[in-house]
Amino acid sequence: MIEISGLTVRFGGVTPLDDVSLEFPTGTCGLIGPNGAGKTTFFNVLSGFVTPASGSVRAFGTNLLGMPNYQRARWGLRRTFQTEQAIEALSVFDNVAMVHEHCCQGRGSRRREDVLDAIRFVGLDVEPGEKVGTLGARDRRLVEVARAVVGEPRVVLLDEPAAGLPEDETRHLGQMIQRIPRNRGALVILVDHDMSLVSACCEVTAVLDFGKLIASGSTAEVLRNEHVVRAYLGTEERL
Amino acid sequence: MKGLALESVTLRRALVVGLVLLVVWVLVPIVLSTFWVQILTSVAVYSIVTLSLALLAGRVGLVSLGQIALLAVAGWIALRLAFAFDPPYPLLLVVTGVLTGIFGTLIGLPALRLSGLYLALITLMAASAITQILAAVNFPNGGEGFLGESASAAGANAAIVARPDWMASDAAFFRVAVIVAALMFLLGVWHVHGKAGRAWAAIRQSESAAIAAGVNVTQYKLWAFALASFMTGVAGCLLAASAGGLTTYAFPAPDSITILAVVLMGGIFNFWGAIVAAVLMKLFPEILKNFRIPADVLTILFGVGVLQAMTTAPSGISVQMGRDLTNLGHRLGRLAGRRSAARSSS
Repeated sequence: MIEISGLTVRFGGVTPLDDVSLEFPTGTCGLIGPNGAGKTTFFNVLSGFVTPASGSVRAFGTNLLGMPNYQRARWGLRRTFQTEQAIEALSVFDNVAMVHEHCCQGRGSRRREDVLDAIRFVGLDVEPGEKVGTLGARDRRLVEVARAVVGEPRVVLLDEPAAGLPEDETRHLGQMIQRIPRNRGALVILVDHDMSLVSACCEVTAVLDFGKLIASGSTAEVLRNEHVVRAYLGTEERL
Repeated sequence: MKGLALESVTLRRALVVGLVLLVVWVLVPIVLSTFWVQILTSVAVYSIVTLSLALLAGRVGLVSLGQIALLAVAGWIALRLAFAFDPPYPLLLVVTGVLTGIFGTLIGLPALRLSGLYLALITLMAASAITQILAAVNFPNGGEGFLGESASAAGANAAIVARPDWMASDAAFFRVAVIVAALMFLLGVWHVHGKAGRAWAAIRQSESAAIAAGVNVTQYKLWAFALASFMTGVAGCLLAASAGGLTTYAFPAPDSITILAVVLMGGIFNFWGAIVAAVLMKLFPEILKNFRIPADVLTILFGVGVLQAMTTAPSGISVQMGRDLTNLGHRLGRLAGRRSAARSSS
């Protein structure tokens, strides 16, 4: 479980996160909101790229904000990025192995096994020795997700993983995301604009708008919430 | 299996490189005159410096314009240690490398906060400052005190590390330089294919992605500076023992820009580029002089070369040449095939 209390981020006169308090229980949780709502800033606070003005973040009893950013990954906080960041110069295997060698126990055959297991888990059907620079958009996204799930992650943050993917590939991605909590034992927080993906994957969802939490609860209820509908569409029309 | 195929390709390549190196190592001192042996020694030494720059800029994305100044500092350290303690030469190589590594890491500290143009500027300023300081204090020539420089000793004791008997001749020194350069390249390859290389690749593409993978970016950037400076330190120690010794005029700050230009031309993303760069920097001017072409023409050629590399071949000559030769081979093969087909049909 992740407990966020009174989280505020200020960039000069802008407040991308304004006194946000919420809890993410186990499983796959959604975090949605229109562009500029503060979703990525929220992920950046958790990852340690942005220091909040105030507030606290406790993940499974650990004070995340007290850790250096790279230590958070070693603790088990993994993430993908809105703009996909698979390392082009490395092979698929080395992309995933890089995370394992910094964050996980075990070397040699144990590492090899863990890395190949993560590659299989995300459904990557390419040679592990293939350079990432030669892969298509879908496979590069999957390499990034494989990096996030290798070993024993505790929290996986997925920032718009389906961006730019066609419908069938998004469906495959959704099925795989749903399996992460059960198979990898991690809590997943999914940020995406594809409401069918969020509905399919997330039991609970929180909604941000202009840096404020405007709704949270079961995904079905949240998506019917009139404030959420207004924030997304600017009308009273239902999603 | 693709992995196995890759391994056998790597093995074959390593064998070819080893064989070529062995031939060069054995034949160059036998076939060529002392002058060309000295020039090729200088190529071997500078290939270590270009390797260090290719490692920093190509692998980690840190553009340093201070490598030549660092080379001068290494020369100063080697001479000071040699005159003060007269240690065995292999020990002097290692100690000079380590001390230069520490010095280079201190210069690299701003890299933790800066990158790109700002880092390049900081390192260029450091290079200029070092050049000025060296011009004022000169290289140690056996004099007293910390600086070890004496006006009266000049001429009698040149600023040169005395070579031990086993590498006193230019031929033996060339062979030592080639072995040391090969060891430095192996050190570089070992790093690039290991944990550090993967972390550097991540840092070069995206520091955020590296941090999210658990990479301690500060530590790995400093390690890159330490390793590159160590390599430059070893090169400086070799230079301090090469024919002619060291003078303050041998390390002008603009050379730091020239060396970056040749590394870009040679190919910054692979280590072959470092060898091509050293050839461009040290062998080419002498070949031009041989044809009575002023070496200044090279400045223009390097300018054009960098433009060409930036616009048409970002991987540099080392990759472009291989690709072009392969294409040429394929075309010649097709041409030969067409001719034999025409002959058989007639």
